[in-house]
Amino acid sequence: MRFLFKTSYEQDTRLFRDRIDASWYVLLAVAVLILPAVLPAYYVGETTWVFIYAIGGVSLMVLVGYTGLVSLGHAAFLGIGAYAHAFFLEHDVPWVLSAAMAILITTACGLVVGLPALRMTGIYLAIATLAFAVIVQEVFTRWESVTHGLSGMAVPKATIFGISFESERAFYYLCLFLFVLTLWLTRNLLRAPTGRAWIAIRDSEIAAQSMGVNLAIYKSIAFAYSAGLMGLAGVLFAHKIAYLAPDIFTILLSIQFLLLVIVGGLGSLHGAVFGAIFVALLPPLIAILRDSIPASFADLAAASGVSLLGSIGEGIGNFLRKPGVEAGIFGLILVLVIVLEPLGMYGRWVKLRIFFSTFPMYKRATFKRQRSYMKSERLR
Amino acid sequence: MALDRRDLRGRKLDIFLQLTLNGLAVGCIYGLVALGFVLIYKATELVNFAQGDLLMLGAFVAYMAVVWWGLDYWLSFLIAVLAVAAFGALLDRFLLRRVIGQPQFAVVMLTIGLGAIFRTFASVTWGSEIYTLPTPFGGVTQIAGVTLSHQYLSIIVGTLILCGALYGFFNHTRLGVAMQATSQNQLAAYYMGIPVKLIFSLIWAISAGVATVAGVLLAPVTLIDINMGLAVALKAFAAAVLGGFGSIPGALAGGIVIGLIELYAGATLPNGFKDTAPYIVLLIMLVVRPQGLFGTFSRKKV
Amino acid sequence: MTFFEADNLSIHFGGIRAVDGVSFRITQGEVFTIIGPNGAGKTTIFNLVSRFYDPTDGRLVFEDNDITRVPAHRIAALGIARTFQNIELFEHATLLQNLLLARHAHKKSGFFSELLFLPAVRRFEVEHREAVEKVIDFLDLQQYRDSLIVNLPYGVRKVAELARALCTGPKLLLLDEPSSGLNVEETEDMAFWIQDIKNLLGVTVLMVEHDMKLVSAVSDRVLALNYGRPLALGTPQEVQGHPEVISAYLGG
Repeated sequence: MRFLFKTSYEQDTRLFRDRIDASWYVLLAVAVLILPAVLPAYYVGETTWVFIYAIGGVSLMVLVGYTGLVSLGHAAFLGIGAYAHAFFLEHDVPWVLSAAMAILITTACGLVVGLPALRMTGIYLAIATLAFAVIVQEVFTRWESVTHGLSGMAVPKATIFGISFESERAFYYLCLFLFVLTLWLTRNLLRAPTGRAWIAIRDSEIAAQSMGVNLAIYKSIAFAYSAGLMGLAGVLFAHKIAYLAPDIFTILLSIQFLLLVIVGGLGSLHGAVFGAIFVALLPPLIAILRDSIPASFADLAAASGVSLLGSIGEGIGNFLRKPGVEAGIFGLILVLVIVLEPLGMYGRWVKLRIFFSTFPMYKRATFKRQRSYMKSERLR
Repeated sequence: MALDRRDLRGRKLDIFLQLTLNGLAVGCIYGLVALGFVLIYKATELVNFAQGDLLMLGAFVAYMAVVWWGLDYWLSFLIAVLAVAAFGALLDRFLLRRVIGQPQFAVVMLTIGLGAIFRTFASVTWGSEIYTLPTPFGGVTQIAGVTLSHQYLSIIVGTLILCGALYGFFNHTRLGVAMQATSQNQLAAYYMGIPVKLIFSLIWAISAGVATVAGVLLAPVTLIDINMGLAVALKAFAAAVLGGFGSIPGALAGGIVIGLIELYAGATLPNGFKDTAPYIVLLIMLVVRPQGLFGTFSRKKV
Repeated sequence: MTFFEADNLSIHFGGIRAVDGVSFRITQGEVFTIIGPNGAGKTTIFNLVSRFYDPTDGRLVFEDNDITRVPAHRIAALGIARTFQNIELFEHATLLQNLLLARHAHKKSGFFSELLFLPAVRRFEVEHREAVEKVIDFLDLQQYRDSLIVNLPYGVRKVAELARALCTGPKLLLLDEPSSGLNVEETEDMAFWIQDIKNLLGVTVLMVEHDMKLVSAVSDRVLALNYGRPLALGTPQEVQGHPEVISAYLGG
């Protein structure tokens, strides 16, 4: 067992709890940095998706996980950031300026959505964000002078200060850098009064007010910051996907981000990262399994002489090929996570860590709740 | 040959009435699904985003009964309603009961996940194409020069009958009153000896049954496919919020308003407004009156 | 200087007069208690002072300033803190986070400096932590610092609620039924703490309470309410002996 020796109050404000924690993260950083040198370009590209989804995940985690405001239409902000950036690039605006303006525009939209949202609670806020997303998607389709409507919009590769980020590896490092920046900035906010104010709003608006938290201001900041991060994700998303079309930014994409924060673990930055890994890597995994399962089952059947195995493999392969199966698998995992491990992937990770660090004194009852009551959210 | 002004006006009136009938019919479907939302929300404070997919399942079961097993339409209707209602009750008993105590948002995501599972299940069981449900409502009636399609009429009449039945049930039977009591104060209902958990399952059953009725009524109009529930659910959710998300007449009223707006906007406004007009109206409503048409604001008493 | 005054305070909810023409003054440094049967309007008065409700009539004055229309989130900065009858702690945060939140009214950092976590912000964090540790010390909450509120027993939560109110650095502290749900020993502790708050910290206390032993032990003056209207105002002995108060509330 490891003991945390605290010798000063300042220690609690640090990013890492102690030297050992920090060294684990350093190892992780090294692994992530040398990854492009070790893996082929395809996998590097897939990992870049993880970074982009993670930025989006952090965005949504701040709004839903920390402030408690549910947004069902966050893909709209992703689209706004992506289209704005693509539009500026088309007009030969330098990359940094274009990205900055795209993020600012998205932040402004976040504020615009946030303002009426100050008066709404729970369900009503969720449906308002949903309505906003539907309307924005329609705007993408109709505003052809900016978005080229249904015919779509090609996005050139990133060129910053003359350096081309066209290769998978270069773009990987760009996304990695911005991802780490996002984590750092958000972590800063969360260990400062702003982050605490957000948690207060989530847990008890009334008590938050008596502590001096101006609800309107902090909810607006949450919306604006969340939208801004999503705008950043949109900028990177535009380059990665290379061709924008209105039917990318659907409600289903918004739900995918929500799934990300739940499966990852609501209420922690780690959850956003875990969730991003899951959401970004599951589709390619399914694509691989689609072919490899029938193949390996066929091999197994040939080797063991049990032809039933071959048909099972065929069946699974056919199932995975059906349209809409990906959504179903996501749905299944979502249901399983919520029912079996409500704390998400990060929660399970923490339990494992505690198991190993307190071995053999681990007690399962540490995490068992005595009774659960339904807490009314009609009255907050 | 110049058109008589009376002719033109008559034509416009005809179109207007057609649109209104169409809008009412579509609105009834939205209202029924919204009703399902509100029933579950009033009792358990959960929003069941799988409502639309229950509608889809109901339509498919009816289709299966009529086309695969060759049964009579009305019998198939009944089978579909009972089967999906039972399924809804089982969902509550085995899944929803296990997640009590979790934040509302997590359970909402659970229902979204369930919806996706239902769609994949339908794709695997029945197929991912578009299917037609044969109904006994072909044909039209002419009243005062206006053409009324029987399909649309069947939707409106069906909705009225169902709502009448529900009204009678909730207000004049012991079980219905018990349900109302449970919705308002769980703890008090327990003290009165009301089997609260069973009531919740029954509420889910009724909700699923109502969705099935909507699905079977809708099937001849939009045809059956895996995604038929999604689009309906989104608009029905808007309808429920418009009505105030706490009252059953509100849900129906909200549904009809959304349906009418959709049809009128689609006919009069430029392309693209058909789908977004209801949401624009909803947003305006939420800004002006955040609690919806018939909703009330509750304040936490500290 | 008028430290605190409620002048003809009234609020009507529909046809119900929850508070009807209540007037009282509090001098700095005293412990002032409001008693009365349930529904008499005691917590409503607290909600009026915390500015969650707007009065239909009357004024509230604090340190010579009219605070009748001040928004709810400004009250903490003015120096008024409160506890809640049903405990409104932040359930999914640690005790330390709850207490640090109470320092929000004294926040000196802006959004952008927090975004970059400048050294100044770090310094402020340590300052807030030092202020919070004093309260933790005062109420003996050291062992619960890093516990999530959901995991704490009721008695500890009550004390945490009090701690959080004290961390705002108030001049006037509103305690809503501080002894409800506490056993005899815990209530005695509470009595000592209230006296310490008055004598050592110099904080004025406005209290709602049902436990008459506690009321007699700590209060300087008492106001009895019934149906939103004042019945009697005076020392604990005077009010407890008042015939109307006895018939409406105390019985016997």
